[in-house]
Amino acid sequence: MTPTETAMQRDRAVTIFEKGQAGRRAFSPPPLDVPERPLDELIPPRLRRREPARLPEVSEPELVRHYVRISRRNFDLDTGFYPLGSCTMKHNPRLHERVAGLAGHARLHPLQDPQRAQGALELMWNLERALAEIAGLPYVSLQPSAGSHGELAGVLLTRAYHEDRGDPRRTVLTPDTAHGTNPATVTMAGYDVVKVGTNADGGVDLDDLRAKADKDTACLMLTNPNTLGLFDPNIEEIVRIVHDVGATAYYDGANLNAVMGISRPGDMGFDIVHFNLHKSFTQPHGGGGPGAGPIAVSERIAPFLPRPVIVRHGGERSNGSGREFDLDYDRPKSIGRVRGFQGNYGCFVRAYAYIRSLGASGLRDASEVAVLNANYLLARLRQLGVCELLPPAYDRICMHEFALTGAPMKSELGIRTLDLAKRLLDHGYHPPTVYFPLLVEEALLIEPTETETKETLDAFAEAVAAILSEAREDPEIARGAPYTTPVRRLDEAGAAKKPVLRQPL
Amino acid sequence: MTRYTAVTDADRSTMLEAIGVASVDELFAGIPAAVRRTAPLDLPEGLGEAEVYAELRELAARNTSVEDEVSFLGAGMYDHYVPAVIDMLMGRSEFLTPYTPYQPEISQGGLQVMFEYQTAICELTGMDVSNASVYEGPSALAAAAYLAKLSNSRKRFVISRAVHPHARETLTTLCAGYEMSVTEVPLAGGVTDLSAWSDAIDDDVSAVFFAQPNYLGAVEDPAPLVAAAREHGALVVCSADPLTLGILEAPGSLGVDVCVGEGQTLGNRLDFGGPSFGFFAARDEHLRRMPGRIVGETVDVDGRRGFVLTLQTREQHIRREKATSNICTAQALNALAGVVYLSWLGRHGLVELGELLVQRTAYARDALGSLDGVAALHDQPVIREFAVSLGVGDLEAVRRVIARCAAEHVNPGHPLGIDYPEYSDCLLVAITEQRSRADIDLLVDVLGRAVAAERSDVPAPRRGGEAR
Repeated sequence: MTPTETAMQRDRAVTIFEKGQAGRRAFSPPPLDVPERPLDELIPPRLRRREPARLPEVSEPELVRHYVRISRRNFDLDTGFYPLGSCTMKHNPRLHERVAGLAGHARLHPLQDPQRAQGALELMWNLERALAEIAGLPYVSLQPSAGSHGELAGVLLTRAYHEDRGDPRRTVLTPDTAHGTNPATVTMAGYDVVKVGTNADGGVDLDDLRAKADKDTACLMLTNPNTLGLFDPNIEEIVRIVHDVGATAYYDGANLNAVMGISRPGDMGFDIVHFNLHKSFTQPHGGGGPGAGPIAVSERIAPFLPRPVIVRHGGERSNGSGREFDLDYDRPKSIGRVRGFQGNYGCFVRAYAYIRSLGASGLRDASEVAVLNANYLLARLRQLGVCELLPPAYDRICMHEFALTGAPMKSELGIRTLDLAKRLLDHGYHPPTVYFPLLVEEALLIEPTETETKETLDAFAEAVAAILSEAREDPEIARGAPYTTPVRRLDEAGAAKKPVLRQPL
Repeated sequence: MTRYTAVTDADRSTMLEAIGVASVDELFAGIPAAVRRTAPLDLPEGLGEAEVYAELRELAARNTSVEDEVSFLGAGMYDHYVPAVIDMLMGRSEFLTPYTPYQPEISQGGLQVMFEYQTAICELTGMDVSNASVYEGPSALAAAAYLAKLSNSRKRFVISRAVHPHARETLTTLCAGYEMSVTEVPLAGGVTDLSAWSDAIDDDVSAVFFAQPNYLGAVEDPAPLVAAAREHGALVVCSADPLTLGILEAPGSLGVDVCVGEGQTLGNRLDFGGPSFGFFAARDEHLRRMPGRIVGETVDVDGRRGFVLTLQTREQHIRREKATSNICTAQALNALAGVVYLSWLGRHGLVELGELLVQRTAYARDALGSLDGVAALHDQPVIREFAVSLGVGDLEAVRRVIARCAAEHVNPGHPLGIDYPEYSDCLLVAITEQRSRADIDLLVDVLGRAVAAERSDVPAPRRGGEAR
């Protein structure tokens, strides 16, 4: 296939540093309205910069056109289907942007006296209560900035808990299906990783777990439903085994979107849970953040939570000190802060707006439809014969996502999962997560989310089927894909071999 | 069905039939009954869009924002002007709604922004390499500490007490797991005590940390701080305020190994503390131990210039327990605001803005210092923030002074005594370009009267300026 170069492909990448001319500007400084003093008198020359940083020199129209043009080289959730497994790419309501942008939220200084930030603290309190209810655990800290940050806080809480009991431990159990963040977190928290195997049904191998859980075990980190999209039916036994050796059970909330209002980590016996507000609670992901990773914990873990914690004093708002909600720093057993200020408040505003919009039954509906959509998409793929080449890694009713293996496709058609993913780009789709989970050969992890219509799911299934039948005729087409994107396949090995990490000036 | 889902009754029956189950409940039959809920969550029912807006607006109205008073609060986050182009660009679907750029062919916009961002941070800091952002300032400093931990097997960190208290606490929290001890070096005359600093550093020290300008607004003299650490082979980490780097020497020119900091001052709003972004830049030799996403330039199969996530063998999804960090989602959208802001300011604008801040801040420091009882806490050079003692006694008295000012819609600054008992009588005052001379004159008037009122209530006012 000889592609014709598209207009966007002809428009080669030029950075902002290569644009503009000396003397152009977008910024006009406010007037100097105080008596000017010689700069040398105020800042000694030896501490000063001699050469200005070589920042761009562009006018505002140039600046706007540059970034709007390059924005169009991105695929985004508002444009098309984004079934990226494990990432929960659900619709981002624009109401959330509007309310987060209100000056009382957006222009509130984090060190404002709590008495004059009561609305923000009440919002955070209410969000904590709602997350506690969803998790089935009584105490929440909103502080961590993302899921992996929540994991680190959670494992450090575990460490503090064991040390406080005079029973320090060494290892953390993680299933081989775990997200990479789990083992990475364990190392950062000073523990050693012990891997637990997966059984024939895609769940935790109980015998392996029993063999490896011992008095050195600090914690088990588990995602449930797991990264194969399967709810572990042995969950009560798993938690029992872990608790019996005195360890804590940590719930990675990356897949919470499957079970909101249906099954709660606290009821499963977990001690610590993190939420990904940028997944289950629809905080827009921004192309790589911001996110937020609040944690919910059980009674026994609560004394160690990061400080400050939000507290609510008794009494009416109208009488007394005016500090119905306050920040409490006096937490002697706290592990301390894990970041600056109170967390990613802008994300809290959006998540809270989402929870208020959906309410109890709406959250449950979201999870039910997420699971319905996933199972329907799998069924559609099956009906279209796709699963003969891309069978489910574990043939069960899935939860909000499912893993397929591209191994038969690779041997029969000679195209890899990567080729299928790249060809999907030409069909206007964001591909599923590929090559994860690691234990599935040529894996595709597909998560449609609840906000997609049946029509979208049908069209996507047909696109996958069309790619497979095209590949049966001519596998080279998929191997050379994509053809229509702003750039085609990129030399990633070359990029790593000779790193060019900035614009040379 | 909610307004964000689209399954009609007809859809549902078609879909269930295709799946081969009779009901949605059946899809959840694999969840053991003991952990499957039948009762609804104890949460209020959902609201319409207008009702949610009204509730969130009512909560916002109970906060006093920087639009509701003349605010001189800083201490780590500052009310700088955010240009309109940033609101527009951050709101574009193409930047707002994608995930991390795992498919580079359809993510060139975001990847190029990160590449430009890395360039801008390198230029600003004078460092060789930058990643594509970390969470925020304090955890960025802790991330630099982890890089040091991976670089050498030493067991102690040394940190200046003039580093932001949140960063010092975050470091202590996050290094507890790998059992590092932390030595804090006291202040002298508003800056890091050089002799105590030198005494604290020996061959056991993995890394040292100082802030520029420091938490009290003072510009440190980095050269001797760096030299003392170099002598013992410790890594040098500087936490810098990027907006002051139009005026102050780039950390990269001073022999710093890692330069980190809070990016909020670069085009990000206050948001009650986040989201903003942290930046992380280092010398070349530390590249393969850096945390987080890094974007590199490359070409596609036809030779077109393009950008990809690179050096991913450092990262958690490849290296798992051997990764240099667990970070994945960081602050890409906020870093976008950062590079747009720096391009908007431009090469000369950054310097001009810095000079304006220096002049207005000097004016404000002099004017406040002339008030009865009020004195500068230190006489070090300052860029946009300074500390004064109020001569009113203690933290509670300072709080009362702030309350008096608040009644006149002026927020005079942050009480230092919250984090520094030794400066219980002091206030940290920030001057951004949004505070005009008229605002500063108003502060002088209001604070002057508030201090006088407090002093007349205090039986025996103590003298301020204890650190001088």
